[in-house]
Amino acid sequence: MDAVNATARPASTAFAWSGKQKLALLALLAYTVYVIAQIDLSPARLLSGLHQGARFLSRMFPPDVGKMDVLWEGIRETLQIAVLATVGGVALSLPVGLMAARNMVPHWLCAGARGLIAVCRAVHPVITAIMFVKAVGFGPLAGILALTVATVGFVGKLFADAIEEISHKQIEAVRATGASFGNVVLFGVLPQVMSRFVGFATYQLDSNLRNSTMVGIVGAGGIGGALFSAFLRFEYSFVCTILATVIAIIVVGELVVNATRKALDV
Amino acid sequence: MNTTASAGSLHIQGLVKEYRPGVPVLKSIDLKIDGTGLTSIIGPSGTGKSTLIRCINRLVDPTAGAIWLDVGGQRLDMARLQGAALRHSRRHIGMVFQEYNLVERLTVMENLLTGRLGYLSAWKAWRRKFAPEDFERAYQLLDVVGLGSFANQRADALSGGQRQRVGIARALMQQPALLLADEPTSSLDPKTSVEIIQLLGDQGRERGIPVIVNIHDVELARRYSDRIVGMTGGHVVYDGPPAGLTDDHLQTIYGGQAWMQ
Repeated sequence: MDAVNATARPASTAFAWSGKQKLALLALLAYTVYVIAQIDLSPARLLSGLHQGARFLSRMFPPDVGKMDVLWEGIRETLQIAVLATVGGVALSLPVGLMAARNMVPHWLCAGARGLIAVCRAVHPVITAIMFVKAVGFGPLAGILALTVATVGFVGKLFADAIEEISHKQIEAVRATGASFGNVVLFGVLPQVMSRFVGFATYQLDSNLRNSTMVGIVGAGGIGGALFSAFLRFEYSFVCTILATVIAIIVVGELVVNATRKALDV
Repeated sequence: MNTTASAGSLHIQGLVKEYRPGVPVLKSIDLKIDGTGLTSIIGPSGTGKSTLIRCINRLVDPTAGAIWLDVGGQRLDMARLQGAALRHSRRHIGMVFQEYNLVERLTVMENLLTGRLGYLSAWKAWRRKFAPEDFERAYQLLDVVGLGSFANQRADALSGGQRQRVGIARALMQQPALLLADEPTSSLDPKTSVEIIQLLGDQGRERGIPVIVNIHDVELARRYSDRIVGMTGGHVVYDGPPAGLTDDHLQTIYGGQAWMQ
């Protein structure tokens, strides 16, 4: 290598931070400091919070096991909400996801379906649940509808993205046989994405199980209602029972979902 | 076995294809292909061989020109058909692909049955209600291509040569009047390539239908074709029997000569 070339090289910029990156980091730090100052985050407050927390925890024990009927009723509803919302939501996500895949449908239809999915995703399930409580009244139906919407928002998008990633060659071959659009979907698209679909659906069941314990807080059915009223009545020992049961259910649910995924090889 | 599907005859007139306006890949192609026989299309990469084949069954839409397919006393205007009429006419044209394009997660038998999808309503397809004679034909074809014991294997478990045999059997399931093959041997070893070309030629002769093959291997084309079409720059520059293909022609088609030594 001759010396002339070597000196003509620009200074190395490998791994260097760009001006914009430095600016962004600085802005984030400045905002964090500003917010801490704004909300009066002092060590004294944190310390008194710890004391309160310790008192609260001590009042949770021993757990109250005298209201098992209330607990059981709530848990039953929670499971119903989770399962029905997953089944309904996944069933709706199939056509919505297909319509939202840019490689399968005309642009206008795809834009519409993507918009629908975005709306379903934009609002948190608890807020959707409040709206459905207003619409259909208190009870599990509102929770089922709220979590169905959330499922379409999440699973619909995953379905659409999965369909967009499929191999076009296999589609082309099925089209070349003279197959109709429906038959291309059945024999060209679904075989390529089915196992991933089952995977998404089981994940969503897991997620709906968690969320269905929460929609009850706004009156949309499930164990969340009992939990919230126990809080309001300072029945912390019953709160403890409910929380322990919820945690147990989530863990068991996850084990079941994992076992299912393993059994289905997805 | 039933090989009496009517033979198609293909008449291409003034075919032009532009992917970008003003930049034609095919510059007015005229071709007439009928009767039995293996027609090989040779030419350098990017000269529009694949585009030509794909225009015939409309996986690619031509920009101008006519593609007539005469089959069973009917004249189909492949360049202009749309919707259901296009899908119905595609049933007469079998296609074999360079990378086999099998549905990987389906079995060999299921892949063969997809060749019948043009004749099945979505409702029947959903319930997998293929006609019993479709299964019968599929088993016969698996024997023909030498994969009799592979019916229930998944396609992604097969070797390249086996996959291409499944691809050919799938195309033959359509009982096509015309068989197209887009570089069917380019991903295969030399021995398998010969077997695949022979299989295509034999099946074409047995069924009395024309077979059109894009191919890169000039020697293979010479040995097994009844007719060779040489293309370069979007034009047909040679059309005749393999014996008539001289080094001068090849130089016109591919340019240069170092590769011929």
